[in-house]
Amino acid sequence: MGEVNPDLQSRVVKFPGGGVLVAGIDEIFNWARSNSMWSLTFGLSCCAIEMMATAASHYDLDRFGILFRATPRQADVMIVAGWVSVKMAPFIRRLYDQMPDPKHVLAMGGCACAGGPYRDSETIVKGVGEIVPVDVFVYGCPPRPENLIHGLILLQERIREESILGVRKREPITVQG
Amino acid sequence: MNGDLRDLHQEILDLGTQGMVMNMGPQHPSTHGVLRLILTLDGEEVMACEPVIGYLHRGLEKMAERRPYRHFLPFTDRLDYVCSLANNLACAQAIERLAGIEVPDRAQWIRVALMELNRIASHLLFLGTFGTDLGATTMLLYAFREREEALALLEAITGARLTYNWIRVGGLPDDMPENWDKGVLAFCDLLESRVGEYDRLLTDNPIFRRRTEGVGVIPAEDAIAYGLTGPTLRASGVEYDVRRWAPYEKYAEIDFDVVVLRDGDTFARYLARRLELEQSVRILRQVFDRMPEGPIASKVGKVLKAPPGIAFSQVESPRGELSFTMVSDGSPNPQRVHIRAPSFANLTVLADLVVGNKVADVVAILGSIDIVLGEVDR
Ligand code: SF4
Repeated sequence: MGEVNPDLQSRVVKFPGGGVLVAGIDEIFNWARSNSMWSLTFGLSCCAIEMMATAASHYDLDRFGILFRATPRQADVMIVAGWVSVKMAPFIRRLYDQMPDPKHVLAMGGCACAGGPYRDSETIVKGVGEIVPVDVFVYGCPPRPENLIHGLILLQERIREESILGVRKREPITVQG
Repeated sequence: MNGDLRDLHQEILDLGTQGMVMNMGPQHPSTHGVLRLILTLDGEEVMACEPVIGYLHRGLEKMAERRPYRHFLPFTDRLDYVCSLANNLACAQAIERLAGIEVPDRAQWIRVALMELNRIASHLLFLGTFGTDLGATTMLLYAFREREEALALLEAITGARLTYNWIRVGGLPDDMPENWDKGVLAFCDLLESRVGEYDRLLTDNPIFRRRTEGVGVIPAEDAIAYGLTGPTLRASGVEYDVRRWAPYEKYAEIDFDVVVLRDGDTFARYLARRLELEQSVRILRQVFDRMPEGPIASKVGKVLKAPPGIAFSQVESPRGELSFTMVSDGSPNPQRVHIRAPSFANLTVLADLVVGNKVADVVAILGSIDIVLGEVDR
């Protein structure tokens, strides 16, 4: 093992047993995390149909390492696809809380972003951002599968910049419809 | 069977033990939308089921009262978002009848073509998701392969993939694009050549058949009593199709078979939809044979006002009978709008149907009723 670059001192992680793994760990973790973003199977409404279409044969989300998992405990990304009603909101928060860190939320469609066409309905939450922190807003009604993929790629890029030590950046990305 | 189980349930209660209560949903991979089922189980067997709906409620009927007639059309897209055009049509028809607006012939024929193309897209989605519910995930990939072709055609004419909003009061906003009819006919040939693959994957699949045959049988009388419509009703042997019984647009002039099956089980409900694909293809071919030239919309004033009265429209959506009732008081906004959503009526049968079945069959039965929660909750 060579000497430790002073700049990287802060990134040294001590393993039990005395071994030292130097630098690059963020890169390794981020490489793994960004290329295996497992997403929660969680469709709310119309946008969920487009989410399914994105995952199916034509657009094939598997290419990006994005698989749909049925339980929040195995998921890294929650794609909120559809309008969030007041009755549904506590469940979304609970699902989010059940996901292990690091976790990310992508709001798909005008409804999940800001209430969409139902902004003047009293039973609709004006965007899922009021309940959970959102990383990516993908606008559109529904967003085209290309737009959703674009949003997911931007999220991958963001994950690559994260550090396992530092606080994650939280300004949301916006993809216009 | 159900009676015996209830006795057993009573016995268990007398023993001082209780059944297990299991919560399915609202987030569950195989519910088609956010439906919650509270199941009481005795081991694997379902003793009682209580569906909870309302997770997508947004008060659409009330919202309609706050808007001019035409402004409500885009909202109907988001009722049954798998076949938006049928909702558009039902709403537009109700307004047309209320205000006494005629629709030109060509527009009516194009509307029929749009309906059937959308029906194909919807049934393909059903085949894919139903296969996935039962573990045959391959079917999803095959069905979506063809569904994308249908969506591409719909996108070519309407400009959208899912929420089309392409039916206007009095006609259509624009004519068919050039060579669109050729594209649709080519798609018909393609689909016909591919349905054999679906049969090999699902219809003739022994595992699939054992999971579905004889499961969740709805007798014809029950089906009528519950107010079921669409393929769910026709699979029980009742020949009721709005396209045949109360023809709208140009359906009266079209030759097609109403798919009726006898068994009323989960497999029959699947097969009814699978066979309807071919009927839709048959209708599409006739439409382009007989498409007349002419205008595609009649003149409708900028401010649409209907005389006081009440109007009713019925449309056969892929899920069943969809109808709109509109009441006008002479103002630019409707006074009251009522939507009869087929999924809502079809869902009522579920609670009684699953009693006595295994937990795994609940998923199969729910899938075969093919509900869309957007229209259940409105
Ligand atoms: S953004 Fe549009 S398509 Fe998506 S859930 Fe809302 S209404 Fe439906």
